[in-house]
Amino acid sequence: MKPSIVNAGADAVIVYFADEISIEANQRVLQLDSAIASSDLAILETVPAYSSLMVYYDITRHSDTDIRASIKAIIESLPELQQVNAEQGQTHVIPVYYDETVGPDLARIAELHGCSVEEVIERHCRDSYRVYALGFAPGFAYMGEVAEDLQAPRLDSPRTRIPAGSVAIAERQTAIYPLASPGGWNIIGRTTFPLYEPQKGILNQLNSGDTVRFKAISKDEFITAGGSVEAFE
Amino acid sequence: MIEVIEPGMYATIQDFGRLGYLKKGLTRGGPIDENAFLWGNYLLKNEAGAAQIEIVLGGSKFKFTSAAAVAVCGADVSLKLDNEDRNIWETFQVEAGQVLSIGPARSGLRAYLAVAGGIQVEPQWGSCATVKREQLGGHRGDGSALQKGDTLAIEPSTCELTQRIPWRYRPDYSKPPVLGLIPGFQYDQFAMAEREKLSFHEYKISQQSDRMGIRLEGPAIEYAGKGLVSEGINIGSVQVPPNGQPIIMMNDRQTLGGYPKLGNISPLDLSRLAQCRPGQTVQFTRVEVAKVQQQLTNYYDFFGITPACQTDH
Repeated sequence: MKPSIVNAGADAVIVYFADEISIEANQRVLQLDSAIASSDLAILETVPAYSSLMVYYDITRHSDTDIRASIKAIIESLPELQQVNAEQGQTHVIPVYYDETVGPDLARIAELHGCSVEEVIERHCRDSYRVYALGFAPGFAYMGEVAEDLQAPRLDSPRTRIPAGSVAIAERQTAIYPLASPGGWNIIGRTTFPLYEPQKGILNQLNSGDTVRFKAISKDEFITAGGSVEAFE
Repeated sequence: MIEVIEPGMYATIQDFGRLGYLKKGLTRGGPIDENAFLWGNYLLKNEAGAAQIEIVLGGSKFKFTSAAAVAVCGADVSLKLDNEDRNIWETFQVEAGQVLSIGPARSGLRAYLAVAGGIQVEPQWGSCATVKREQLGGHRGDGSALQKGDTLAIEPSTCELTQRIPWRYRPDYSKPPVLGLIPGFQYDQFAMAEREKLSFHEYKISQQSDRMGIRLEGPAIEYAGKGLVSEGINIGSVQVPPNGQPIIMMNDRQTLGGYPKLGNISPLDLSRLAQCRPGQTVQFTRVEVAKVQQQLTNYYDFFGITPACQTDH
Protein backbone atom coordinates (compact mmCIF):
# COMPACT_ATOMS: atom_id res chain seq x y z
CA MET A 1 0.00 0.00 0.00
CA LYS A 2 1.25 3.47 -0.91
CA PRO A 3 1.35 5.85 2.06
CA SER A 4 -1.67 8.15 2.11
CA ILE A 5 -2.08 11.48 3.88
CA VAL A 6 -5.62 12.18 5.08
CA ASN A 7 -7.20 15.09 6.94
CA ALA A 8 -7.57 14.49 10.69
CA GLY A 9 -9.17 17.76 11.74
CA ALA A 10 -8.57 21.50 11.65
CA ASP A 11 -5.06 21.11 13.08
CA ALA A 12 -3.96 17.60 12.09
CA VAL A 13 -3.35 15.11 9.32
CA ILE A 14 -2.88 11.35 9.55
CA VAL A 15 -0.46 9.30 7.45
CA TYR A 16 -1.39 5.68 6.76
CA PHE A 17 1.33 3.22 5.80
CA ALA A 18 -0.88 0.13 5.84
CA ASP A 19 -4.38 -0.90 6.84
CA GLU A 20 -3.28 -3.83 8.93
CA ILE A 21 -0.71 -4.65 11.60
CA SER A 22 2.80 -5.26 10.33
CA ILE A 23 6.26 -4.67 11.75
CA GLU A 24 7.33 -2.96 8.56
CA ALA A 25 4.46 -0.45 8.61
CA ASN A 26 5.15 0.25 12.29
CA GLN A 27 8.83 0.83 11.55
CA ARG A 28 7.85 3.21 8.77
CA VAL A 29 5.64 5.11 11.22
CA LEU A 30 8.54 5.58 13.64
CA GLN A 31 10.91 6.45 10.83
CA LEU A 32 8.58 9.21 9.63
CA ASP A 33 7.99 10.37 13.20
CA SER A 34 11.68 10.99 13.80
CA ALA A 35 12.16 12.53 10.35
CA ILE A 36 9.34 14.98 11.08
CA ALA A 37 10.78 15.76 14.51
CA SER A 38 14.11 16.73 12.98
CA SER A 39 12.54 18.70 10.12
CA ASP A 40 11.90 22.44 10.35
CA LEU A 41 8.11 22.01 10.28
CA ALA A 42 6.10 23.64 13.09
CA ILE A 43 4.75 20.48 14.70
CA LEU A 44 2.73 20.50 17.94
CA GLU A 45 2.79 16.77 18.60
CA THR A 46 2.53 13.41 16.91
CA VAL A 47 0.67 10.19 17.71
CA PRO A 48 2.31 7.07 16.33
CA ALA A 49 0.02 4.02 16.21
CA TYR A 50 0.28 0.55 14.60
CA SER A 51 0.39 1.67 11.00
CA SER A 52 -0.45 5.36 11.11
CA LEU A 53 1.10 8.58 12.31
CA MET A 54 -1.12 11.46 13.33
CA VAL A 55 0.56 14.85 13.09
CA TYR A 56 -0.72 17.98 14.86
CA TYR A 57 0.75 21.14 13.40
CA ASP A 58 0.71 24.89 13.94
CA ILE A 59 -2.01 26.19 11.62
CA THR A 60 -0.71 29.73 11.99
CA ARG A 61 2.40 28.57 10.11
CA HIS A 62 1.20 25.81 7.77
CA SER A 63 -2.01 25.33 5.83
CA ASP A 64 -3.57 21.89 5.28
CA THR A 65 -2.32 21.88 1.67
CA ASP A 66 1.15 23.03 2.68
CA ILE A 67 1.66 20.44 5.44
CA ARG A 68 0.49 17.59 3.18
CA ALA A 69 3.02 18.60 0.53
CA SER A 70 5.81 18.89 3.12
CA ILE A 71 5.04 15.51 4.69
CA LYS A 72 4.77 13.90 1.25
CA ALA A 73 8.25 15.21 0.44
CA ILE A 74 9.63 13.84 3.73
CA ILE A 75 8.07 10.42 3.06
CA GLU A 76 9.63 10.33 -0.40
CA SER A 77 13.04 11.16 1.02
CA LEU A 78 12.92 8.42 3.69
CA PRO A 79 15.67 5.85 3.22
CA GLU A 80 14.69 2.20 2.68
CA LEU A 81 14.23 0.24 5.88
CA GLN A 82 17.50 -1.63 6.34
CA GLN A 83 15.89 -4.86 7.37
CA VAL A 84 12.56 -5.64 8.84
CA ASN A 85 14.08 -7.09 12.01
CA ALA A 86 16.15 -4.02 12.81
CA GLU A 87 15.30 -3.12 16.38
CA GLN A 88 14.81 0.58 16.93
CA GLY A 89 14.09 0.66 20.63
CA GLN A 90 15.16 -0.51 24.06
CA THR A 91 14.54 -3.92 25.57
CA HIS A 92 12.60 -4.26 28.83
CA VAL A 93 12.15 -7.35 31.00
CA ILE A 94 8.86 -7.24 32.88
CA PRO A 95 8.44 -9.53 35.91
CA VAL A 96 5.02 -11.16 36.13
CA TYR A 97 3.39 -13.20 38.87
CA TYR A 98 1.32 -15.71 36.91
CA ASP A 99 -1.26 -17.39 39.10
CA GLU A 100 -4.97 -18.11 38.94
CA THR A 101 -5.68 -15.76 41.86
CA VAL A 102 -4.42 -12.80 39.81
CA GLY A 103 -4.85 -14.39 36.38
CA PRO A 104 -8.39 -15.76 36.28
CA ASP A 105 -8.25 -16.59 32.54
CA LEU A 106 -5.13 -18.82 32.67
CA ALA A 107 -7.18 -22.01 32.88
CA ARG A 108 -9.52 -21.00 30.07
CA ILE A 109 -6.62 -20.26 27.72
CA ALA A 110 -5.03 -23.60 28.67
CA GLU A 111 -8.29 -25.36 27.87
CA LEU A 112 -8.62 -23.48 24.57
CA HIS A 113 -5.24 -24.75 23.43
CA GLY A 114 -5.39 -28.17 25.11
CA CYS A 115 -2.33 -27.49 27.24
CA SER A 116 -1.51 -26.96 30.90
CA VAL A 117 -1.52 -23.62 32.75
CA GLU A 118 2.28 -23.98 33.09
CA GLU A 119 2.56 -24.19 29.31
CA VAL A 120 0.47 -21.05 28.89
CA ILE A 121 2.93 -19.23 31.17
CA GLU A 122 5.95 -20.66 29.34
CA ARG A 123 4.49 -19.56 26.01
CA HIS A 124 3.90 -16.01 27.21
CA CYS A 125 7.52 -15.79 28.46
CA ARG A 126 8.93 -17.57 25.41
CA ASP A 127 8.59 -14.81 22.81
CA SER A 128 9.64 -11.19 22.83
CA TYR A 129 7.04 -8.61 21.91
CA ARG A 130 7.24 -5.36 20.02
CA VAL A 131 5.59 -2.25 21.42
CA TYR A 132 3.43 -1.18 18.47
CA ALA A 133 1.66 1.75 20.03
CA LEU A 134 1.04 3.57 23.29
CA GLY A 135 -2.26 5.08 24.07
CA PHE A 136 -5.94 4.53 24.62
CA ALA A 137 -5.11 5.26 28.29
CA PRO A 138 -1.91 6.62 29.87
CA GLY A 139 0.78 3.98 30.04
CA PHE A 140 -1.17 1.44 27.98
CA ALA A 141 1.18 -0.29 25.51
CA TYR A 142 -0.13 -2.46 22.69
CA MET A 143 2.35 -5.32 22.25
CA GLY A 144 2.49 -8.12 19.75
CA GLU A 145 2.40 -10.52 18.25
CA VAL A 146 1.08 -13.23 20.51
CA ALA A 147 1.84 -16.67 19.05
CA GLU A 148 -1.03 -18.73 17.67
CA ASP A 149 -0.73 -21.31 20.44
CA LEU A 150 -1.48 -18.61 23.01
CA GLN A 151 -4.03 -16.32 21.31
CA ALA A 152 -7.46 -15.98 22.90
CA PRO A 153 -10.51 -13.93 21.89
CA ARG A 154 -11.77 -11.07 24.06
CA LEU A 155 -14.34 -11.96 26.73
CA ASP A 156 -17.98 -11.90 25.62
CA SER A 157 -18.75 -9.49 28.40
CA PRO A 158 -16.05 -7.17 29.78
CA ARG A 159 -15.22 -7.29 33.49
CA THR A 160 -16.23 -4.17 35.37
CA ARG A 161 -12.92 -3.88 37.21
CA ILE A 162 -9.49 -5.17 36.35
CA PRO A 163 -6.79 -4.36 38.95
CA ALA A 164 -3.83 -2.18 37.94
CA GLY A 165 -0.82 -4.18 36.72
CA SER A 166 -2.93 -6.96 35.23
CA VAL A 167 -1.20 -8.67 32.29
CA ALA A 168 -3.59 -9.49 29.50
CA ILE A 169 -4.02 -11.14 26.11
CA ALA A 170 -6.54 -10.36 23.34
CA GLU A 171 -6.18 -12.09 19.99
CA ARG A 172 -2.67 -11.31 18.75
CA GLN A 173 -1.99 -8.60 21.34
CA THR A 174 -0.72 -8.53 24.87
CA ALA A 175 -0.75 -5.58 27.27
CA ILE A 176 -0.72 -4.48 30.89
CA TYR A 177 -3.56 -2.46 32.47
CA PRO A 178 -1.78 0.59 33.99
CA LEU A 179 -4.78 1.62 36.10
CA ALA A 180 -7.73 -0.29 37.49
CA SER A 181 -10.36 -0.16 34.76
CA PRO A 182 -13.09 -2.15 33.06
CA GLY A 183 -11.83 -4.44 30.30
CA GLY A 184 -12.51 -7.43 28.11
CA TRP A 185 -9.03 -8.89 27.68
CA ASN A 186 -7.96 -12.26 29.14
CA ILE A 187 -6.06 -11.76 32.40
CA ILE A 188 -3.13 -14.11 33.01
CA GLY A 189 -1.02 -12.46 35.70
CA ARG A 190 0.06 -9.29 37.46
CA THR A 191 3.17 -7.10 37.50
CA THR A 192 4.61 -4.35 39.68
CA PHE A 193 6.39 -2.81 36.67
CA PRO A 194 5.61 0.93 36.97
CA LEU A 195 3.54 2.13 34.03
CA TYR A 196 1.52 5.06 35.27
CA GLU A 197 1.57 6.58 38.73
CA PRO A 198 0.45 10.18 38.31
CA GLN A 199 1.02 11.06 41.99
CA LYS A 200 4.68 10.09 41.65
CA GLY A 201 5.08 11.55 38.18
CA ILE A 202 5.67 8.11 36.67
CA LEU A 203 4.62 7.73 33.06
CA ASN A 204 5.37 4.70 30.97
CA GLN A 205 9.02 3.90 30.32
CA LEU A 206 7.98 1.95 27.24
CA ASN A 207 8.07 3.56 23.81
CA SER A 208 6.83 2.49 20.40
CA GLY A 209 9.40 0.25 18.80
CA ASP A 210 10.72 -1.10 22.14
CA THR A 211 11.01 -4.83 22.82
CA VAL A 212 9.44 -6.47 25.86
CA ARG A 213 10.02 -9.87 27.43
CA PHE A 214 8.01 -11.23 30.31
CA LYS A 215 9.66 -13.16 33.15
CA ALA A 216 7.71 -15.37 35.58
CA ILE A 217 8.33 -14.61 39.26
CA SER A 218 7.16 -16.29 42.45
CA LYS A 219 4.48 -14.99 44.78
CA ASP A 220 7.20 -14.06 47.31
CA GLU A 221 9.17 -12.08 44.76
CA PHE A 222 5.99 -10.35 43.64
CA ILE A 223 4.99 -9.39 47.19
CA THR A 224 8.55 -8.25 48.01
CA ALA A 225 8.43 -5.98 44.96
CA GLY A 226 5.31 -4.37 46.40
CA GLY A 227 2.73 -6.44 44.53
CA SER A 228 -0.81 -6.93 45.74
CA VAL A 229 -2.71 -10.18 45.30
CA GLU A 230 -6.06 -8.39 45.54
CA ALA A 231 -8.58 -10.82 44.10
CA PHE A 232 -11.03 -10.17 41.28
CA GLU A 233 -14.52 -9.07 42.24
CA MET B 1 -8.43 31.53 49.00
CA ILE B 2 -11.70 30.11 47.77
CA GLU B 3 -13.53 27.68 50.01
CA VAL B 4 -15.95 25.28 48.37
CA ILE B 5 -19.20 25.41 50.33
CA GLU B 6 -21.21 23.52 47.73
CA PRO B 7 -19.59 22.12 44.57
CA GLY B 8 -22.89 21.44 42.78
CA MET B 9 -23.31 18.39 40.56
CA TYR B 10 -19.79 18.30 39.13
CA ALA B 11 -17.14 21.00 39.30
CA THR B 12 -13.52 20.58 38.20
CA ILE B 13 -10.36 22.62 37.80
CA GLN B 14 -9.47 23.14 34.13
CA ASP B 15 -6.69 25.06 32.48
CA PHE B 16 -6.06 25.04 28.70
CA GLY B 17 -5.21 21.34 28.86
CA ARG B 18 -2.26 18.97 28.84
CA LEU B 19 -0.48 19.31 25.53
CA GLY B 20 2.34 17.24 24.12
CA TYR B 21 1.73 13.86 25.81
CA LEU B 22 -0.69 12.15 23.41
CA LYS B 23 2.22 9.95 22.37
CA LYS B 24 2.33 8.58 25.92
CA GLY B 25 -1.42 8.14 26.14
CA LEU B 26 -2.30 11.27 28.14
CA THR B 27 -5.31 13.09 26.78
CA ARG B 28 -5.67 16.88 26.71
CA GLY B 29 -8.48 17.58 29.16
CA GLY B 30 -9.19 21.31 29.46
CA PRO B 31 -12.38 23.33 29.10
CA ILE B 32 -14.87 21.67 26.81
CA ASP B 33 -16.48 25.05 26.14
CA GLU B 34 -13.18 26.66 25.26
CA ASN B 35 -14.92 29.81 24.04
CA ALA B 36 -16.59 30.64 27.38
CA PHE B 37 -13.34 29.77 29.19
CA LEU B 38 -11.25 32.07 26.99
CA TRP B 39 -13.69 34.96 27.44
CA GLY B 40 -13.36 34.64 31.22
CA ASN B 41 -9.58 34.96 31.10
CA TYR B 42 -9.84 37.72 28.50
CA LEU B 43 -12.14 39.80 30.73
CA LEU B 44 -9.74 39.49 33.66
CA LYS B 45 -6.62 40.06 31.52
CA ASN B 46 -5.33 36.63 32.57
CA GLU B 47 -3.12 34.44 30.47
CA ALA B 48 -5.36 32.66 27.94
CA GLY B 49 -4.91 29.28 29.66
CA ALA B 50 -5.16 30.35 33.35
CA ALA B 51 -6.98 27.76 35.48
CA GLN B 52 -10.71 28.19 36.18
CA ILE B 53 -13.51 26.12 37.69
CA GLU B 54 -15.75 24.29 35.20
CA ILE B 55 -19.19 23.91 36.75
CA VAL B 56 -21.77 21.52 35.30
CA LEU B 57 -25.39 22.70 35.63
CA GLY B 58 -24.67 25.22 38.41
CA GLY B 59 -25.85 24.92 42.00
CA SER B 60 -22.44 25.81 43.49
CA LYS B 61 -21.40 28.07 46.38
CA PHE B 62 -17.94 29.47 47.00
CA LYS B 63 -16.70 31.54 49.94
CA PHE B 64 -13.82 33.91 49.22
CA THR B 65 -11.34 34.46 52.06
CA SER B 66 -9.52 37.15 50.11
CA ALA B 67 -10.71 39.88 47.75
CA ALA B 68 -10.80 38.96 44.07
CA ALA B 69 -11.86 40.18 40.66
CA VAL B 70 -13.98 37.41 39.12
CA ALA B 71 -16.09 36.62 36.05
CA VAL B 72 -18.50 33.80 35.25
CA CYS B 73 -19.00 32.91 31.57
CA GLY B 74 -20.87 30.13 29.79
CA ALA B 75 -24.20 28.58 30.80
CA ASP B 76 -26.97 31.01 31.66
CA VAL B 77 -26.80 30.84 35.46
CA SER B 78 -28.03 33.36 38.03
CA LEU B 79 -25.33 34.80 40.29
CA LYS B 80 -25.70 36.04 43.85
CA LEU B 81 -22.90 37.70 45.73
CA ASP B 82 -24.17 37.29 49.29
CA ASN B 83 -27.70 38.60 48.58
CA GLU B 84 -27.01 40.83 45.62
CA ASP B 85 -27.44 39.91 41.97
CA ARG B 86 -24.45 39.84 39.67
CA ASN B 87 -24.29 39.26 35.91
CA ILE B 88 -22.56 36.59 33.92
CA TRP B 89 -20.19 37.56 31.05
CA GLU B 90 -18.82 40.49 33.08
CA THR B 91 -16.26 41.14 35.81
CA PHE B 92 -17.14 42.09 39.38
CA GLN B 93 -15.44 42.46 42.72
CA VAL B 94 -15.75 39.92 45.53
CA GLU B 95 -14.65 41.05 49.00
CA ALA B 96 -13.01 38.81 51.57
CA GLY B 97 -15.71 36.88 53.44
CA GLN B 98 -18.34 37.09 50.68
CA VAL B 99 -20.15 34.07 49.26
CA LEU B 100 -20.74 33.66 45.53
CA SER B 101 -23.73 31.45 44.71
CA ILE B 102 -24.15 30.09 41.21
CA GLY B 103 -27.76 29.13 40.52
CA PRO B 104 -29.03 26.33 38.27
CA ALA B 105 -28.38 26.81 34.54
CA ARG B 106 -31.41 28.07 32.59
CA SER B 107 -29.78 27.27 29.27
CA GLY B 108 -26.45 25.69 28.49
CA LEU B 109 -24.70 23.13 30.61
CA ARG B 110 -21.36 24.45 31.82
CA ALA B 111 -20.35 27.69 33.51
CA TYR B 112 -16.77 28.82 34.08
CA LEU B 113 -15.70 30.69 37.19
CA ALA B 114 -12.55 32.70 36.49
CA VAL B 115 -10.55 34.76 38.99
CA ALA B 116 -7.86 37.33 38.24
CA GLY B 117 -4.49 35.59 38.10
CA GLY B 118 -6.12 32.16 37.77
CA ILE B 119 -6.70 29.43 40.36
CA GLN B 120 -3.29 28.37 41.68
CA VAL B 121 -2.88 24.62 41.24
CA GLU B 122 0.31 22.61 40.88
CA PRO B 123 0.64 21.37 37.28
CA GLN B 124 1.34 17.72 36.42
CA TRP B 125 2.96 17.18 33.03
CA GLY B 126 2.50 20.83 32.26
CA SER B 127 -1.15 21.24 33.21
CA CYS B 128 -3.59 21.10 36.12
CA ALA B 129 -6.55 20.06 33.91
CA THR B 130 -8.68 17.49 35.72
CA VAL B 131 -9.08 14.19 33.88
CA LYS B 132 -11.08 11.78 36.02
CA ARG B 133 -10.40 8.71 33.88
CA GLU B 134 -6.63 9.26 34.14
CA GLN B 135 -6.77 10.01 37.89
CA LEU B 136 -4.81 13.10 36.99
CA GLY B 137 -4.97 16.85 37.55
CA GLY B 138 -7.16 19.09 39.65
CA HIS B 139 -6.43 20.56 43.07
CA ARG B 140 -5.63 17.13 44.58
CA GLY B 141 -3.67 15.94 41.58
CA ASP B 142 -5.74 12.75 41.33
CA GLY B 143 -8.45 13.71 38.86
CA SER B 144 -11.11 14.23 41.51
CA ALA B 145 -13.84 16.85 41.30
CA LEU B 146 -14.26 19.64 43.86
CA GLN B 147 -15.75 18.59 47.16
CA LYS B 148 -17.38 20.44 50.01
CA GLY B 149 -14.71 21.99 52.23
CA ASP B 150 -11.95 22.05 49.60
CA THR B 151 -9.84 25.19 49.49
CA LEU B 152 -8.28 26.66 46.38
CA ALA B 153 -5.43 29.14 46.34
CA ILE B 154 -5.87 32.44 44.51
CA GLU B 155 -3.97 35.72 44.42
CA PRO B 156 -5.79 38.66 46.01
CA SER B 157 -6.93 41.12 43.35
CA THR B 158 -9.24 44.08 42.77
CA CYS B 159 -11.70 44.74 40.01
CA GLU B 160 -10.99 48.32 38.99
CA LEU B 161 -13.53 48.66 36.22
CA THR B 162 -16.32 46.34 35.08
CA GLN B 163 -15.45 44.62 31.82
CA ARG B 164 -18.29 43.10 29.76
CA ILE B 165 -18.55 40.83 26.77
CA PRO B 166 -20.63 42.65 24.11
CA TRP B 167 -24.02 41.07 23.51
CA ARG B 168 -23.22 40.05 19.96
CA TYR B 169 -20.54 37.67 21.21
CA ARG B 170 -22.73 35.96 23.78
CA PRO B 171 -23.98 32.64 22.45
CA ASP B 172 -27.63 31.65 22.75
CA TYR B 173 -27.34 28.10 24.04
CA SER B 174 -31.06 27.39 23.67
CA LYS B 175 -30.81 27.43 19.86
CA PRO B 176 -29.87 24.20 18.05
CA PRO B 177 -26.28 24.61 16.80
CA VAL B 178 -25.08 23.85 13.30
CA LEU B 179 -21.82 21.93 13.49
CA GLY B 180 -19.27 22.23 10.69
CA LEU B 181 -17.84 18.86 9.63
CA ILE B 182 -14.41 18.72 8.00
CA PRO B 183 -14.41 15.40 6.10
CA GLY B 184 -11.44 13.29 7.14
CA PHE B 185 -10.14 9.92 8.38
CA GLN B 186 -12.38 7.20 6.84
CA TYR B 187 -14.87 9.63 5.21
CA ASP B 188 -14.20 8.24 1.73
CA GLN B 189 -14.76 4.68 2.92
CA PHE B 190 -18.36 5.40 3.92
CA ALA B 191 -20.95 4.92 1.16
CA MET B 192 -22.25 8.22 -0.23
CA ALA B 193 -25.76 7.71 1.16
CA GLU B 194 -24.36 6.96 4.62
CA ARG B 195 -22.04 9.94 4.90
CA GLU B 196 -24.80 12.26 3.66
CA LYS B 197 -27.07 11.24 6.54
CA LEU B 198 -25.45 13.75 8.89
CA SER B 199 -26.26 16.62 6.54
CA PHE B 200 -29.87 15.68 5.98
CA HIS B 201 -31.07 14.69 9.43
CA GLU B 202 -31.17 16.17 12.87
CA TYR B 203 -29.43 14.28 15.63
CA LYS B 204 -30.34 14.42 19.29
CA ILE B 205 -27.84 14.66 22.18
CA SER B 206 -27.96 11.45 24.21
CA GLN B 207 -28.12 11.26 27.99
CA GLN B 208 -24.90 9.24 27.90
CA SER B 209 -22.62 12.13 27.09
CA ASP B 210 -19.67 13.33 29.10
CA ARG B 211 -16.30 15.05 28.80
CA MET B 212 -14.99 12.08 26.81
CA GLY B 213 -17.60 12.02 24.13
CA ILE B 214 -20.99 13.43 23.21
CA ARG B 215 -23.24 10.67 21.93
CA LEU B 216 -25.90 11.38 19.36
CA GLU B 217 -29.16 9.63 18.54
CA GLY B 218 -30.62 9.62 15.05
CA PRO B 219 -30.63 7.68 11.78
CA ALA B 220 -27.94 4.98 12.05
CA ILE B 221 -24.90 5.42 9.80
CA GLU B 222 -23.59 2.21 8.33
CA TYR B 223 -19.90 1.54 7.78
CA ALA B 224 -19.18 -1.29 5.38
CA GLY B 225 -15.46 -0.57 4.97
CA LYS B 226 -12.55 -2.56 6.29
CA GLY B 227 -12.09 -2.99 10.06
CA LEU B 228 -9.60 -0.54 11.53
CA VAL B 229 -6.31 -0.93 13.32
CA SER B 230 -6.29 1.47 16.32
CA GLU B 231 -5.20 4.98 15.34
CA GLY B 232 -5.10 8.53 16.70
CA ILE B 233 -8.34 10.36 17.50
CA ASN B 234 -8.68 14.15 17.47
CA ILE B 235 -10.92 16.29 19.64
CA GLY B 236 -14.05 16.74 17.54
CA SER B 237 -13.63 13.42 15.69
CA VAL B 238 -17.00 11.94 14.68
CA GLN B 239 -16.76 8.23 15.50
CA VAL B 240 -19.25 5.75 14.14
CA PRO B 241 -19.45 2.62 16.32
CA PRO B 242 -21.17 -0.56 15.05
CA ASN B 243 -24.63 0.62 16.20
CA GLY B 244 -24.34 3.54 13.76
CA GLN B 245 -25.02 6.24 16.38
CA PRO B 246 -22.24 8.85 16.08
CA ILE B 247 -20.09 9.93 19.02
CA ILE B 248 -18.29 13.27 18.89
CA MET B 249 -15.05 12.93 20.81
CA MET B 250 -14.37 15.71 23.33
CA ASN B 251 -11.43 16.87 25.46
CA ASP B 252 -11.09 13.72 27.62
CA ARG B 253 -11.16 11.34 24.63
CA GLN B 254 -8.93 8.27 24.66
CA THR B 255 -5.85 8.95 22.51
CA LEU B 256 -6.21 5.89 20.25
CA GLY B 257 -9.25 4.02 19.04
CA GLY B 258 -10.46 1.65 16.40
CA TYR B 259 -13.88 2.93 15.31
CA PRO B 260 -14.24 4.48 11.85
CA LYS B 261 -14.56 8.26 11.76
CA LEU B 262 -16.34 10.56 9.29
CA GLY B 263 -14.09 13.52 10.01
CA ASN B 264 -13.92 16.27 12.56
CA ILE B 265 -16.13 19.05 13.85
CA SER B 266 -14.61 22.51 13.58
CA PRO B 267 -13.02 23.43 16.94
CA LEU B 268 -15.01 26.68 16.81
CA ASP B 269 -18.29 24.74 16.87
CA LEU B 270 -17.32 22.33 19.64
CA SER B 271 -17.83 24.99 22.30
CA ARG B 272 -21.50 25.30 21.31
CA LEU B 273 -21.84 21.51 21.27
CA ALA B 274 -20.38 21.35 24.78
CA GLN B 275 -23.28 23.47 26.02
CA CYS B 276 -26.02 21.25 24.52
CA ARG B 277 -28.18 19.36 26.94
CA PRO B 278 -29.42 15.81 26.47
CA GLY B 279 -32.45 15.90 24.17
CA GLN B 280 -31.33 19.04 22.30
CA THR B 281 -30.88 18.62 18.56
CA VAL B 282 -27.89 19.48 16.40
CA GLN B 283 -27.43 19.85 12.64
CA PHE B 284 -24.37 19.34 10.51
CA THR B 285 -22.95 21.08 7.51
CA ARG B 286 -19.79 20.37 5.52
CA VAL B 287 -17.01 22.94 5.88
CA GLU B 288 -13.71 23.41 4.11
CA VAL B 289 -10.59 22.99 6.21
CA ALA B 290 -8.99 26.10 4.68
CA LYS B 291 -11.88 28.25 5.85
CA VAL B 292 -11.82 26.79 9.36
CA GLN B 293 -8.06 27.36 9.60
CA GLN B 294 -8.52 30.99 8.64
CA GLN B 295 -11.20 31.48 11.31
CA LEU B 296 -9.12 29.66 13.92
CA THR B 297 -6.06 31.75 13.18
CA ASN B 298 -8.08 34.93 13.80
CA TYR B 299 -9.54 33.41 16.96
CA TYR B 300 -6.11 32.42 18.34
CA ASP B 301 -4.85 35.87 17.51
CA PHE B 302 -7.73 37.60 19.29
CA PHE B 303 -7.34 35.55 22.48
CA GLY B 304 -3.55 35.60 22.40
CA ILE B 305 -3.04 31.86 21.99
CA THR B 306 0.28 30.75 20.58
CA PRO B 307 0.28 27.08 19.55
CA ALA B 308 3.14 25.41 21.45
CA CYS B 309 5.46 23.66 19.04
CA GLN B 310 7.39 20.79 20.46
CA THR B 311 9.22 18.02 18.83
CA ASP B 312 10.19 15.89 21.77
CA HIS B 313 9.36 14.92 25.33
